[in-house]
Amino acid sequence: MKKIKKIKIRVNGKIKTIIDKLTLAELIKDLKIPLNKVAIELNKEIVNKKKINKIRFRNNDIIEIVHFIGGG
Amino acid sequence: MRDKLIVANKKFKSRLIVGTGKYKNMSECAKAIKLSGANIVTVAVRRVNISDKNKPLLMDYIDPKKITYLPNTAGCFTSEDALRTLRLAREIGGWKLVKLEVLGDKKNLFPDMIETLKSTEVLSKEGFKVMVYCNDDPLMAKRLENVGASAIMPLAAPIGSGLGILNKVNIQIIRKQTKLPLIIDAGIGQASDATIAMELGCDGVLINTAIAKAKKPFEMAQAFKNAVIAGRQSYLSGRIQKTIIGSPSSPIIGTI
Repeated sequence: MKKIKKIKIRVNGKIKTIIDKLTLAELIKDLKIPLNKVAIELNKEIVNKKKINKIRFRNNDIIEIVHFIGGG
Repeated sequence: MRDKLIVANKKFKSRLIVGTGKYKNMSECAKAIKLSGANIVTVAVRRVNISDKNKPLLMDYIDPKKITYLPNTAGCFTSEDALRTLRLAREIGGWKLVKLEVLGDKKNLFPDMIETLKSTEVLSKEGFKVMVYCNDDPLMAKRLENVGASAIMPLAAPIGSGLGILNKVNIQIIRKQTKLPLIIDAGIGQASDATIAMELGCDGVLINTAIAKAKKPFEMAQAFKNAVIAGRQSYLSGRIQKTIIGSPSSPIIGTI
């Protein structure tokens, strides 16, 4: 049986250890983030939100999830 | 009043744009915006707080279907950062009308006009409708127009300074040379400053700190609403000529 491999990714500046099978869609769900109110960047590339089911991570990937907050 | 603010072919009833920063909390912000009558609010793009999932969201307090969100690049010091921010903003929900602000000076928060001009050109080519925070420099305003800006937004004074319009002459020169919406952005301190901006012929004003940090933000929001309406009406009504000679208001004929 194949051993579950763990990798480290950085989400909004925080290091998270995840299993390498995890998809971006699952990560967003785990974090309880409302997808329609955010934008996502993977290694500085904007992610098409329709394709997040197919996106998996590599070690040291950098993910930024942003939304609108109060500002001038 | 049928007179409306038109930016990038979109019509807005109110000529007052308000920022959503610096309020005590979201409900105070939402109430102040309602009282101001603003149809457009500026918003910032920031990281989602992933450790506190119950943190209130701006969209839960201010409905983007009812109020136009104007994503802003506040806090960006390079063209690269500003472009990244606005591309992300567009991705959140298709926002094309954006406010570009590339700062060059951390102390005075003056815009870096070289980076701003560069960014305006790139964003316009990508289909963004860019409202541009800029210096009160007529030549730079012209250059921004030439590269496709949708609105010129010169500062009255440094952001958050409350000093009011420091260079009225430049604002009037910019007004004369451009048909683009001219919106005073930053540095307004009190309601009368907004009236002056409108009387100079500006199409609108953007206020954040002067409302959010007033002792009574709700009352100040209403004061700004009225000030902008008054200034616009005054501008459209055509002021009298200035003269140093007195002219009596009552007729001389029939004096007893």
